[in-house]
Amino acid sequence: MSETMLQVRDVKTYYGSICALKGVSIDVNQGEIVTLIGSNGAGKSTLMMTICGSPRAREGSITFMGTDISRMPTHQIMRLGLAQSPEGRRVFPRMSVFENLQMGSEITDGTMFDQDLERIFEMFPRLKERRDQRAGTLSGGEQQMLAIGRALMMRPKLLMLDEPSLGLAPLIVKQIFDAIRELNKRDGLTVFLVEQNAFHALKLAHRAYVMVNGEIRMSGSGAELLANPDVRAAYLEGGGH
Amino acid sequence: MAIEPNSMTTAVLAPSKPPIDWSNSIKESAIAALVMLLIAIPIFAIKTDQAMNNVLSLETRWGLVATLCGLVFASRLFAHVVLWNRAPGAKPVQLIPDSVTAALGKISPVFGPLALGFAIIFPFVVYIEQGNGALKWVNNYGIQILIYVMLGWGLNIVVGLAGLLDLGYVAFYAIGAYTYALLSTSEPIQLWMAAHIGEGFWQAWAFWFCLPVAGVLAAFWGIILGFPVLRLRGDYLAIVTLAFGEIIYLVALNWVDFTGGGAGITSIPRVTFFGIPFTPGDDGFAARFGIDPSPVLRSIFLYFLILGLCLLTAFVTVRLRRLPVGRAWEALREDEIACRSLGINTTNTKLTAFAIGAMFGGFAGAFFSVRQGFVSPDSFKFLESATILAIVVLGGMGSLVGVVLASIAIVGGTELLRELDFLKQVFGDDFDPTQYRMLLVGLAMVLMMLWKPRGLISTREPSVFLKERKAVSGSLVKEGHG
Ligand SMILES: Nc1ncnc2c1ncn2[C@@H]1O[C@H](COP(=O)(O)OP(=O)(O)O)[C@@H](O)[C@H]1O
Ligand SMILES: [Mg+2]
Repeated sequence: MSETMLQVRDVKTYYGSICALKGVSIDVNQGEIVTLIGSNGAGKSTLMMTICGSPRAREGSITFMGTDISRMPTHQIMRLGLAQSPEGRRVFPRMSVFENLQMGSEITDGTMFDQDLERIFEMFPRLKERRDQRAGTLSGGEQQMLAIGRALMMRPKLLMLDEPSLGLAPLIVKQIFDAIRELNKRDGLTVFLVEQNAFHALKLAHRAYVMVNGEIRMSGSGAELLANPDVRAAYLEGGGH
Repeated sequence: MAIEPNSMTTAVLAPSKPPIDWSNSIKESAIAALVMLLIAIPIFAIKTDQAMNNVLSLETRWGLVATLCGLVFASRLFAHVVLWNRAPGAKPVQLIPDSVTAALGKISPVFGPLALGFAIIFPFVVYIEQGNGALKWVNNYGIQILIYVMLGWGLNIVVGLAGLLDLGYVAFYAIGAYTYALLSTSEPIQLWMAAHIGEGFWQAWAFWFCLPVAGVLAAFWGIILGFPVLRLRGDYLAIVTLAFGEIIYLVALNWVDFTGGGAGITSIPRVTFFGIPFTPGDDGFAARFGIDPSPVLRSIFLYFLILGLCLLTAFVTVRLRRLPVGRAWEALREDEIACRSLGINTTNTKLTAFAIGAMFGGFAGAFFSVRQGFVSPDSFKFLESATILAIVVLGGMGSLVGVVLASIAIVGGTELLRELDFLKQVFGDDFDPTQYRMLLVGLAMVLMMLWKPRGLISTREPSVFLKERKAVSGSLVKEGHG
């Protein structure tokens, strides 16, 4: 793999006096799918939000494509080529599907809008059928597709997804993971994926990290971690699939 | 499989009403009446009165107490027997049937042009019809309603579009009004203008210069208010904006040297037809244009002035909704965190919403003071903010047509109350029906909450369409979920 796109070094994040990230370091290289797995409350979402600048890292550094972003305001970070599908999707419920996608393209110059839209509709035909429907009335899976589509409208270099499979039927999960794989293979999009659904996520990932209690406990290739007995015991057997 | 309440099975089975449980209903109603009695005794039962000889006398009003308790008992029983005694799964009682509200939603595309056409011919029709008697219609109904339409549309940008609950909107109205009042009556400006441009110039043109200034100043204060409340949402934001409104009111009341205090500012120059005054004299409007002089002419001009300002507000709102900033306002209302993660500067977005909303409040304020020729702090109390907010909420947050309907209902309703003179014969001479206006607004609000929790016009028009228009009625979506 080529150069490092996102570099997180010894990041500590606090909620008040509670330490949620206790010195986390990860790398995401150009063209990779990197997965972060961990149980509920491990600090996965906190890491993702810290990369986006809210909450802010109290210590450590975060570098994106050579720029130190650890002190930048969120909206500026998001203009550097980072996009996020946040935990819980957070689509704009009273706005139409189309308007949601439009919000995604707000930071672009708009010249590629039609092509981008067409590409997203190709990937998720369901969104095309429902383009004038209010996003709040979409099903969970459709909302997740919309959240990913909205993030893609930003024309990102790095796409970050927080638990895209949460609460979705297995068939929809497969559809979404296929789309992620396709984006990575065809367009070379770099993906940082946060998941509790460890089995699918590890199968998809080039590299993966395991987070426990605000710390990175293990790292390796997706296949390695999938085969690791500790990982299997903690995240795969007795759930996971 | 889950059984849906409206599925075929229930329809075929024809749900039967459960038998009325009379003893329980009566018991329940009696308890409600008893509670009313307990509340009524300290509040209504005894009234202190000052007799002619300054002796305090106590007057008991047991009749009133009995009437109130009876009313509570009867309405409670009615609710038990009629409203609540329904078959499970039956449709809830609707004050305004769905078909009517659906129709309201459908007419909204044509409502605009129709209403505008009516608004344009309205003053001429009443003038031709009634001559000088038209003053009441143009002034008390037309202008008064349009002022609130404008204020409602201005506040709608802040509350309806950007979702920032502002309880102190009247402050910007006050700032606009005082801007015009102070600048137009300012001695130094008048003297300077007289020396450099011409005698009487400021008197004739002050409004046209001050109108934009009022808007800009109000927008500036909108930003001043915006900064400290950037991090606040919902109820906290509401409290701070409420305080801001009160501060402006108290400044107007207490900074006597500057604002004239409670006595206000008088002899503010009246509006001119771009320099031509509405006076009966030779250089007046009527003489210049060869029409019969009438006091209604000025009112008609004021009417069109506020109509123009309203249209400007509507035009800007509709345009902005299609531009990135307007979309960002709505997205901000929906989800601030998602907004930021899309690279939107939420600080600027909020400040522009406050500034532009405030600007229209400032325009309306300048109009108010040129129309009255007099301003005092009394016109800018909290009640005013509450009325404007009530108009926005009643109309259905974000709906321009809804604001018009709500303004007509609330402002027009208040004016109608003034005319209910026969009530004086019933309740005595010192009965002033307009005092009960807020009571009626409150009642309307409660009814709305029950039957149309999202306002009169609850469908939100998407700002863009591809093929056909498809809007999902607000009532089909759970509150907070759609
Ligand atoms: N806004 C917050 N305020 C305080 N504590 C928080 C907040 N968000 C998350 N936490 C805490 O930080 C820890 C990590 O949470 P989170 O990052 O959401 O975990 P994960 O996404 O891995 O499930 C948890 O203990 C959680 O309770
Ligand atoms: Mg999480």
